[in-house]
This record gives sequence, C-alpha cells and structure tokens, in this order.
Amino acid sequence: MIESPLARWLLRGATALTLTFIYLPLALICLYAFNSGRSLAWPIPGLSLRWFGRAFENTGVRDALWMTTKAAALATLLALVLGTLASLAVARYRFFGRETISFLVILPIALPGIVTGMALNATYNTTGIDLGLFTIVVGHATFCIVVVYNNVVARLRRTQQSLEEASADLGADTWQTFRLVTFPQLRSALLAGALLAFALSFDEVIVTTFTAGSDQTLPIWILANLSRPNQLPIVNVVAVFVILLSTIPVYVASRLAGESAGNRATGVAGGAR
Amino acid sequence: MTSVPEVTEAPSREGAGRRLSSFLHRHPRLRLSLLLSGPVGWLVIAYLGSLAVLLVAAFWRLDPFTSEIVHEYGIDNFRTLWERDVYRTIAFRTIGIAAAVTITDALLAFPIAYYMAKVASRRTRRILVVAILMPLWASYLVKVYAWRIILQENGVLNWALDPIGLTGPGFGNVATWLVFSYLWLPFMILPIYAGLERIPDSLLEASSDLGGRAGRTFLRVVLPLAFPAVVAGSIFTFSLTLGDYITPQIVSSTQFIGNVVYINVGVANNLPLAAAFATVPIAVMVLYLLGARRAGAFDEL
Amino acid sequence: MKQRNRRFARWAVTALVIGVLSMLAAGCGGDDESEADGGAATTAVESGGAPEGMLDAIGEGEGEVNLIAWAGYVEDGSTDPKVDWVTDFETESGCQVNVKLGNTSDEMVTLMRTGQYDGVSASGDASLRLVAAGDVAPVNMDLIENYEAVFEGLKDQPHNTVDDVNYGVPHGRGANLLQYRTDVVDPAPDSWSVVWDENSPYKGKVTAYDSPIYIADAAVYLMATQPDLGIEDPYELDEEQFAAAVELLKGQRAVIGEYWSDYTKQIAAFTGGDSVVGTTWQVITNVLESEKVPVASVLPKEGSTGWSDTWMISSEAENPNCMYMWMNHIISPKANAAATEYFGEAPSSSEACGLTSNPDHCEIFHADDEEYFSKIYYWKTPQADCGDDRGAVCKDYSEWTQAWTEIKG
Repeated sequence: MIESPLARWLLRGATALTLTFIYLPLALICLYAFNSGRSLAWPIPGLSLRWFGRAFENTGVRDALWMTTKAAALATLLALVLGTLASLAVARYRFFGRETISFLVILPIALPGIVTGMALNATYNTTGIDLGLFTIVVGHATFCIVVVYNNVVARLRRTQQSLEEASADLGADTWQTFRLVTFPQLRSALLAGALLAFALSFDEVIVTTFTAGSDQTLPIWILANLSRPNQLPIVNVVAVFVILLSTIPVYVASRLAGESAGNRATGVAGGAR
Repeated sequence: MTSVPEVTEAPSREGAGRRLSSFLHRHPRLRLSLLLSGPVGWLVIAYLGSLAVLLVAAFWRLDPFTSEIVHEYGIDNFRTLWERDVYRTIAFRTIGIAAAVTITDALLAFPIAYYMAKVASRRTRRILVVAILMPLWASYLVKVYAWRIILQENGVLNWALDPIGLTGPGFGNVATWLVFSYLWLPFMILPIYAGLERIPDSLLEASSDLGGRAGRTFLRVVLPLAFPAVVAGSIFTFSLTLGDYITPQIVSSTQFIGNVVYINVGVANNLPLAAAFATVPIAVMVLYLLGARRAGAFDEL
Repeated sequence: MKQRNRRFARWAVTALVIGVLSMLAAGCGGDDESEADGGAATTAVESGGAPEGMLDAIGEGEGEVNLIAWAGYVEDGSTDPKVDWVTDFETESGCQVNVKLGNTSDEMVTLMRTGQYDGVSASGDASLRLVAAGDVAPVNMDLIENYEAVFEGLKDQPHNTVDDVNYGVPHGRGANLLQYRTDVVDPAPDSWSVVWDENSPYKGKVTAYDSPIYIADAAVYLMATQPDLGIEDPYELDEEQFAAAVELLKGQRAVIGEYWSDYTKQIAAFTGGDSVVGTTWQVITNVLESEKVPVASVLPKEGSTGWSDTWMISSEAENPNCMYMWMNHIISPKANAAATEYFGEAPSSSEACGLTSNPDHCEIFHADDEEYFSKIYYWKTPQADCGDDRGAVCKDYSEWTQAWTEIKG
C-alpha cells in the first residue's frame, strides 16, 4: 500500500463519518418504531411495543410483503435471463447497432420514472393486458435488465473468448460450453447484478404505481399508509423488519461473490490485463 | 474459478439437442438474433414504441373549451413552456439540484470507496459492502419521512444545533438537495468502489517508485482511471433526481419537472403539455448518456 | 460484395425500425382517444333506456367488483381486524371486492380512463371530468334502496348531477376548516383574512392545500372582500374573476411555509411547529388533539370550500350489478357509519348517526347541520361552460392547473 498512515487514518475517519450519515436516518426509523405516540414529533414521548403487535395483525402488509418478494424474485430472474442474453450478444459478436444496445438498455432506468411508467401503462392498455403480477414483473424487469447487463458485459470483456473456443474445439456443444465454461465465470457477476436488481425492484414505487392493478407491493402499501396517521408507526415497524431481514441475503451474496472479488484486485483472474 | 472444468460425460453425437446446437454453431447470425430477440424486441417495440406514442402527444393540444385532446399537430405546448417563465425556472431548478446532488455524492462517495478498495482488509471490505447495500432495502418513502423528522422546525437537527445557536435549513431546495444526496449515495459508492478495485496496486506502486508522492499519484493516476466510474455512478444520481417527484413534495413546497408532469396528467387531462414538459428530462438524459458513453462510463457500470 | 450487402442491411433495419415506430405512434395514438367514446357508445346501445347507459334492473352478481378508492374507504379487516365493512358485503352479495388505492384525484382519473375498473370514489374535483369524458355512466337511483335515507343536502348536488341526471351516490362530506395553534395564534381567528394577509405576523408558517382546486378558496374569500367581482360560484370563474383569485394566491405565496397534500404531512407540520395556521380537515384536528397538540379549528365567517366524494360507476364496467350492490351497501346505515367514522367525515346516510361507535361523531362532524353545510361550497370540477348566462367563458381545470403551477413557482 502506498498511502501514508496519516492518509489511512483520514480515510478511516471519512468512512466512519459517511457511515454515520448513512445510518442516522435509519436509526431514527428504528427509534420511531418503538414510539408510543402516533405522530412524527421530536423528541418521542415514550417507548412502546404496541405497533409491533398492530403490524403483526395487519394482513394487508403481509400480503404486500409476499407480493413484493414474488415480484422482485420473478423480475430479477427475467432480468437475469434477458440481461445475460443481451450481454452475450454484445460481448461476443459484432453487428450493426451494437453500441446502441448499451444505450437502449439503460434508457428505462435513466429516464424519469413517471415517463417509463406512463409508457408501460400505455403499452399494456393498447395490448389489452390486464394489470397484475405479470405486468409488475415485466415493468420491473425492464429497468432491471441494465444492472445485470452491465455486470455481465464487464465480466465477459475480461474473460477470454479463447476459453470458449477451446471448449468447442474439445467437442463440447454450445449449451455445454455455456454451462461448463462461460457460466462459472459469470457467476459472481450474475450474483451481484441479481442482488442489485432485487433491491431496485423491491423498493420501486413510481413505475409500479402505473403497472400494478389492485395488487399492492410493499412500496405501494407504504405510500397508501403513510398518508393515514393511524398507520404511520406501523410503516416504521415494517421498514425496520425489512432492513433486518435483508442483511441475510446481502451477507450471503457478498460472501459468495467475495471469493472472486478478492482475486480481482491483484489482476489475476481471467488472464492478466 | 480459472481451472479447466471437467467434462464428465462424453457428448453423444446423436440427439435432437446436439443437432440443434450444431446447427446453431454453423449459423452465428441465427444464434445472434435468437439471443437478441427477447431483450431487444421487448425494449424496442414495447418500451420505445410507447415512448414514441407518448412523445407524439406532445405535439397535440388540449382544447380548453371542450376539454378534449385535439389530434392536430403544432408546437403550441412548447411555446407555452418557453414563454411562461415558471416552466423554465422549474426545469433549471430540477437540473441544478440534480447536478448539485451528483457532485455532492461524488465527493462523499470517493473517500469511502477508496478505503474499501485499497485500504480495508478483506473482511472489513465485505462488511462495508453489506453496510452500503443495506440502506437500499429500507423503503424510500420511510427514509424521506425520517429526513422530515430531522429537518422539521422542532426536529432533530434544530434540537442538536440549538445549543450552538444555529438553525437548520428547514424545508425547501436545500432540504431536497440533502435528501437526494442521501438517497442515491449507495448508487455512487458501488461503481466507484468497483472502478477503484480494478486499478492494479502495481500501478500505484510504480508511480511512487517513479518518484510521485501520494498527492501526485492520486491526481495523475487514480483520478483519471476512476473518472469513468464516477461518471457511471453519476448516471444514476442525475437521472433519479431528475425524474423524482415524491421527495420534493414531502420535504419542500417547490416543484420539480416530475410534479408538473404528474399534475397535468389526470383531472387536468392535459397530456400534451405533460408530454411536452417530459421531453425536457428525456433530452437532458439522452445528452448526458451520450457524454457518459464518451467518457467510458458504460464499461464501468 | 459483402460490404454492399452489409450497408444495405443497415439501411433496411433502420428503415424498418423507424417504420414500426411511426406506425405504432400513429395507430396507438388514435386508439387511446377513441376508446373512451367507444365505451360510452356501446353502453348506450346496450341498455336502450333513457338516459343512455343506465341499468334498468339489478341482475345476478357477476362474482367480483373492481374499485378505485381512497385509502380507508374500503376496509376489509386487513388493516385492522376490527375495521371491516367489506367482508359481510362479499358474503351477502357474492361479489369479491378488489380495491386499487388512489393517492390523488389525478391518479384516479387516469386509472378510470383505462376502463379496467367498475367504480371509483371520486372527489368533487374529478367527478365532472369523468362525466364529461364519458368514463362514468348515469346511475338509476330507483335501483338503490338506501338512497332515500341520504341527507337532502347531499342529493342532486352540482358536482355529481348533470342536467338532472345523477352520476353516483355520495359517500360522505367534509369541510375545509381554518386550523390554528392556540399557543401561537392570538387572537383566535374567525376569518380567512389571517391566511390571506400578505403582512401576516405568521409569515412562513401559513399552510394551504396543495391542489389547483385551492383557487376556489381564494374565490370564496373574494366573494366576501370584493363583491363587485360578482363571483357567485367559486368554481365558475371567468377571466376577470380568475385573474383576481390568482393575484390573491400569488400574494399569499410569500407567507406560505409549505403546502400540504396528504394529511400526515399536515399533522407533522402542526406538531413540529412548521405550520401554525391554515386549511385543514376536521379529522386532522381530531388527531392532533388526541396527540395533545394545542390546536383548534373553526369554520370562518366567509364560509369555505368542502368536499363530498361520490361513488361512480364506470361506463365500461364489466360487473355493473355488483357495482350497484356495492353502491347500495356503502350508503346503508351500518356500513356508512363505520366507513365515515373510520375516515373522519360526516356520513351521507341520515340513519348512520345512531350507529357510530363514538356517539358524538355526528355532532363533531356536523352531520345533520344543514345550516353549517349551507356555507360550504363543495368541490366541483371547473369547466369552460359557466352554467349560467355568461356562456362558455369560464376557466376549465387545465387552466387552473397551469395557473397553480405558476402560483407555486
């Protein structure tokens, strides 16, 4: 490492400050989940566990949580498939319009959510598809493709095509080559992309408003309940629950991805640059 | 990861699957179109198609007497947007805050990303990655309301600053800038971290071997190499701020482009004006993306 | 040879993409607009009775009904097991209730336009827009038994009745009141002047409702302070009247701390001290009082605007029988009492008052006080046709929206 000890301490300090900045509002949310009062007054009048009980009784939030998990999982799956297909095409072939694919894929997430939402809503109306889980999943997949696509393309660019050609020379067919040679190298990139896609889909509200029928995803449930003061503290409870629950998959995924990430820094994996 | 995987079974020469894959192997173009047909088909036909329909509506106009949309083509809406100052103010405000948020996030993200990429141990790095990703799972709306508690008149910030005799910014443009910077920070940290990680340590060591001190190495080696990653992260912070209308409503009374678009689609039935105003962020983002591509950001996402 | 083929292929693909996009644009654009008219026309042909689109008799339930509603209007126990006026309806009628929550009137209108829902609980600012666009059908009041018990003051109101044709049943009603922090605002106000005064001592802490419909509140104030403008209906403003209202609002902008659109925001504002005086709903005052925040609210002497939501049936409803059954159910005394008490508004059914769990509910909300409500101008969608001898010179809602954008800045 070339950094002086002073620089390293400064960096540690900056990191600590940034983390405090990031976690202060989250700590506040946790605190308000135990608020004995109903409003957003500061400081809180007292502590109480009653909102946890109320949240548990609320079947609406349970359904919303389940709906969101389903939608996010399916959307991530769809994004994985479509993103991998597109990135394989872009990284391994040359064709007319190759550069525009990267551009095209990023549009749904780069354009304002209200525009994407209105456009998708118009598509569904014109084609007569009923709004429901399917439309939510497809809508989310549309803007999640880019996170998978970018991770996989970056990884494909770093892996050598010669490995795949060698595999073919040795007698493996296309599917075997993909399964045994390409896919293992992509695994951590796919995992990283899937994680980010899942998080994006889980918390998305603007596009979902336009593509959901009477199904409520968690963000829509929260939006509806934030404007009802009786329900506000329950929303805090739910938020805390979701954060705590999310540590598990995130940690597991980072462990799985971390094994290859460790190699990257020294520039060894996939052949030297 | 890099070892040659074992092929445990000898591939059979016959079988439909085998024949199909041989066929595909001989016809790369067919393989290509099969790969692309799904994603591109959906994106171009469904997404771009409806976007085109939406934008075409920008050229129609609303007849205020019948309250119906007239399918006559004209640039009345664009003229309205240009002539009435308020729309220009709103557009500049939105773009300005988006730019401010991007710069703030870049400055905030760099130290922590550098620490994670170059200084932290493997275990710390893993913990930090989890720590950065966790806030993404807390609901967007709940986080914004938490900021409301912080920024309100009798809120946390004023309560903390009171002993020193200062007051917080309250609600308004400053509040939206703060909240947006907070919300999109993880989106900036991750690409910069990934970009910095890709810089081999050997390069930095070589630079110091050649006589460069830490500051110089940073400016001449690290920064240029990390710049595409910063631009990649900025795509998210810029676009997400540009299109948002929920946060401005909660922590301010100012209007963003999204608010105006939203308010005109609905009871006002003024889809033409809404679509016309929506072309502003679309145009801005397209230009930004073209610039970002030039800067090499698309390789760093 | 290959080079030429490739270049040709390139042009062909580009041309194809552009062609497809423009065809979609031309075709789809036309479709969207003709959908609404098509819907109304077919319903007219189907029913055969006059006025067009009305049901003649309620038939068998179709098995489900799809509603768009405000949060808290259609509760089936999933929010709170004790809050439920839907499950017994579902059991009795056999109609499964599916609800899509709308957060704003704009959202509800956009959703209704898709034609995928059977009914909506439309606020007054949206109801006439839905009627004018043909998105909703007239309602045959003879088929709704519980309509008789509705308060007279809520029947045949201009916001849901056009040319003596009813377009829905009223859910309840409420007034926009003037709320103030009793520990900050002194003396206790009885007039709207405290929020319109550009030199207000409460500068930076005044609040107002964030919607173009708030322009009507300015008009109500002008009715008292500038009677020579001749404003009779705060929703029917011609050029001169409208300009005066906008002028007043632009002046108010300087003293406004923040505008509120959802009542959590207002509760937070009054609790946190960011707002000390402004427009409110009775339910907000109740919540604040229960949280021990020192506030009071009053109906000022100039009168005020108010709102009454109407359950309207879609002109393209797939389940019209279930929708009629729902409309009848929601204004039945028991359901209406439960729903309006939960939300915090006055019930529409005169028989609901004895059935609320809080015996003072009707008194707090002035449910049967017609004198109180005679000073209230219910929200109504502003339209170009003034409805009187001025003709079609009034400002319609799209112009209200544009003016509102300019006022907020």
